[in-house]
Amino acid sequence: MNDWPLLSLTTFLPLLGALFILTIRGETEVVARNARNVALLTSIATFVVSLFILAKFNGASPDFQLKETALWFPGTTIAYSMGVDGISVWFVLLSTFLCPICILAAFGSVEKRVKEYMVAFMILETMMIGMFCALDLVLFYIFFEAVLIPMFIIIGVWGGARRVYAAFKFFLYTLLGSVLMLVAMLAMYFDAHTTDIPSLMAHSFPFKMQLWLWLAFFASFAVKVPMWPVHTWLPDAHVEAPTGGSVILAGVLLKMGAYGFIRFSIPMLPDASVYFTPLIYTLSIVAVIYTSLVALVQEDMKKLIAYSSVAHMGYVTIGIFAMTTQGVEGALFQMLSHGIVSGALFLCVGVIYDRMHTREISRYGGLATRMPKYAAVFMLFTMASVGLPGTAGFVGEFLVLMGVFQVNTWVAFFAATGLVLGAAYMLYLYRRVVFGRLTREDLKGILDMSPREIAVFAPLVVMTIWMGVAPGTFLEPMHASVSKLIQNYELARAAHDGLTLAAR
Amino acid sequence: MIQTSDLVPVLPEIFIALAGLALLMLGVFRKEDSTKSVSVLVILAFGAAMVLVSSLGAERLTAFNGLFVADRFAGFAKGLVLVASAIALAMSLPYLEREKIGRFEYPVLVLFATLGMMMMISANDFIALYLGLELQSLSLYVLAAYNRDNAKATEAGLKYFVLGSLASGLLLYGISLLYGFAGTTSFEGLANLFAGGHEHPVKPNMGVIAGLVFVLAGLSFKVSAVPFHMWAPDVYEGAPTPVTSFFAVAPKIAALCLLTRVMTGPFADLVEQWRQVVTFIAIGSMFVGAFAAVVQTNIKRLMAYSSIGHVGFVLVGIAAGSTLGIQGVLIYLAIYLFMNVGVFAVVLSMRQKGRLVEGIDDLAGLSKTHPMMAFVMAVLMFSMAGVPPLAGFWGKFYVFMAAVEAGQFTLAIIGLLSSVVSAYYYLRIIKVMYFDEPVEAFDKPVGASMSLVMAVSTIVILAFTLIPAPLVTSAKAAAQVLFPAAG
Repeated sequence: MNDWPLLSLTTFLPLLGALFILTIRGETEVVARNARNVALLTSIATFVVSLFILAKFNGASPDFQLKETALWFPGTTIAYSMGVDGISVWFVLLSTFLCPICILAAFGSVEKRVKEYMVAFMILETMMIGMFCALDLVLFYIFFEAVLIPMFIIIGVWGGARRVYAAFKFFLYTLLGSVLMLVAMLAMYFDAHTTDIPSLMAHSFPFKMQLWLWLAFFASFAVKVPMWPVHTWLPDAHVEAPTGGSVILAGVLLKMGAYGFIRFSIPMLPDASVYFTPLIYTLSIVAVIYTSLVALVQEDMKKLIAYSSVAHMGYVTIGIFAMTTQGVEGALFQMLSHGIVSGALFLCVGVIYDRMHTREISRYGGLATRMPKYAAVFMLFTMASVGLPGTAGFVGEFLVLMGVFQVNTWVAFFAATGLVLGAAYMLYLYRRVVFGRLTREDLKGILDMSPREIAVFAPLVVMTIWMGVAPGTFLEPMHASVSKLIQNYELARAAHDGLTLAAR
Repeated sequence: MIQTSDLVPVLPEIFIALAGLALLMLGVFRKEDSTKSVSVLVILAFGAAMVLVSSLGAERLTAFNGLFVADRFAGFAKGLVLVASAIALAMSLPYLEREKIGRFEYPVLVLFATLGMMMMISANDFIALYLGLELQSLSLYVLAAYNRDNAKATEAGLKYFVLGSLASGLLLYGISLLYGFAGTTSFEGLANLFAGGHEHPVKPNMGVIAGLVFVLAGLSFKVSAVPFHMWAPDVYEGAPTPVTSFFAVAPKIAALCLLTRVMTGPFADLVEQWRQVVTFIAIGSMFVGAFAAVVQTNIKRLMAYSSIGHVGFVLVGIAAGSTLGIQGVLIYLAIYLFMNVGVFAVVLSMRQKGRLVEGIDDLAGLSKTHPMMAFVMAVLMFSMAGVPPLAGFWGKFYVFMAAVEAGQFTLAIIGLLSSVVSAYYYLRIIKVMYFDEPVEAFDKPVGASMSLVMAVSTIVILAFTLIPAPLVTSAKAAAQVLFPAAG
């Protein structure tokens, strides 16, 4: 399969599955079972195809690979153009890896309108993968925005009590940020006369313009990351979304903002990125410390993990804007590990929610006696979230702190305090839910994880330990792309400094 | 002196006019039972006119001493108008039969209104423009009050007539001022008069500017742009629903194309003078369309405000005053056509126990009772909100691309922000259909013509992103005609 358009295949395979599910007719039970199976098989097939991408990917080269281009909009430069580099290839894999797990997790928890759920999920997968593969500004925007449609439906139809509020807030917040990005993209098109992302990276925009463009992109990406103070949609969306939706939201959708910073803000607008780095540092530190403190007082498990996501994404933005090899690679690694760990934590909440239909922490306690397997799995992911060496969480946070320490020790100091707070709220959560005495009557009959649930967690456990023990597997193929990113950035910076010096 | 060669470019219009006369005769002789056959014949006549329009080719032809022009732009616009009128008429038939108000005048009125629109689009002189506009408007006044035993419909018709005449008066006054100060009503004559090139920009007379503003005001009324939009919600709500579905599409397209031709033809070199006016109208329309619609509970009123908002977006393209802008206008209008007929097909299918309902709440739980209809509506609503990858996004994309190209960043940002507000009420409809529990289910079956319209519009909206080239290239070719200097 040398000439197969692997990226398009990976992107549109789930969509094909969605169309297939739509054709299923018959009794509700049969339709639900078939829809589940088709969705699971399609997403596993997509994951297998995406492994071929990794196999064909040459980690030594910093260029975009497996490129595909086709004419799209005549009269403009807008083209259907796909490709991956050492950065985006991991996010494609993260998406394809998490989707089958989410679908498997939905087998027990989504009971009504199963067919529609699976269709929405498959469309969501297509849009996510497409976004990470897109090499055209407009194509990127299409996928970036299109994600909103299935996510809106998933939160609104299968969500909790305040699902309507959460779905609207999610949609409108993100849309508001994105339309400003669209204006910026159009302005870039008329300045550079291309929408091709690699060509735009080589184009240098005037400094004044960069500042405006950067702010417009920031409006969109900061909401998506989410950065403090525009993070408020996240706890609502996470709490109300069904388990699968929360996992994808935390695992993949939050990465879109940070990916945008790496793909657009830094390589295309390097001078503005330097100019605004203090802003990013400040907001990120506030996010790390403030949201950690907020997480400490949460009564709702999902809300606690949602706030912890905001804190963890704070590390990511710090690492990206440190612009050192360790910082950027640490940020990327942190994104991957957070995708798996926070996804797994949401699944952990889902397991007990499916049994007790409550997420209130005080309703639980002493689960370890009745659910030893569950306690062990939850323990592992709690430790990974805290950043215990040997788990995925440690590598990313350590690299980010190391990267930013070389640039700004104070930022590193404040970010490190977040680690302490992170340990506090996660262990506090774990203690209240799992340890203690099992006193509640309704908990006395609770059952441990079923084989299906073990199957859901097994790949996540393997990945968490793999990423913690052998991070090189994931860091090696990034090196070339990251060092090219930093190199180009330094060159652009040098050119800019030269100009300002000459102007004096 | 009229020569035979003069008649060639006017062939589609002549054909439609003759068909109208013949069908009137047919209707009179066959009396009451002829509504259906006349309607079918009118739709066929539209089809034949479409063939005639497309057979005229790419050349620019004028007739009647330059009063009438047929070019690619006119061809594109007429194509849209004919499709819109034919679909609206096809959707009216089941309604007319059910409500027992079918009379053969209905399709004939639609036909004459369409003839007026075609004349407007091809007008190359203010007098020709006025004739076409009045033929259209008078037919529409009657159509609005077509359900003459219904108090709301007659009120709508009267309101439309009184306000419409006022607008026609404004327009005529503007034309007379222009004639008084410029000495001609011909588009080419005016264009030559104002053409100074970039080296010697003509400083136009105050009287000309006043005339221009009056003409703009009159035309803004016809496209229901803010601040001349007040009639639209009342007329949309009061008129029989199939008439509303006709109002919302064909006359809008025709009037916007006419506005485009007037702004880029005779007033091409006065762009500095009219751009600020059009920009103001565009911003006003987008805002009113976004904010006023939020509180609506009647779906027809909601569609009225939605169409006011869409007109605002189209005006953004006109305000850019460039090939790209006009290309955007045409793409927007083509997509708008399919979105609107699809939505009205759904609205016309909202029947409970044989009675049409119009409340947004009546859609509750539609995804459970009529999953396909809910899907169609959801696709169209997301498209209207401008969420990619649906076609509605590309309409907005092109007009805002033109605005950015013209350096109108403020307009682009304001427009896109108002589109976020309007997304709220489109989402509200999706919320009602998908998130709420069903109330009373709508009657089944929906009917073949409605299902067909829904299916076609949804497919067009979904498929445009995959195959955009045909529409984009033909819109570009049509837009280039208006800018001969740019090549």
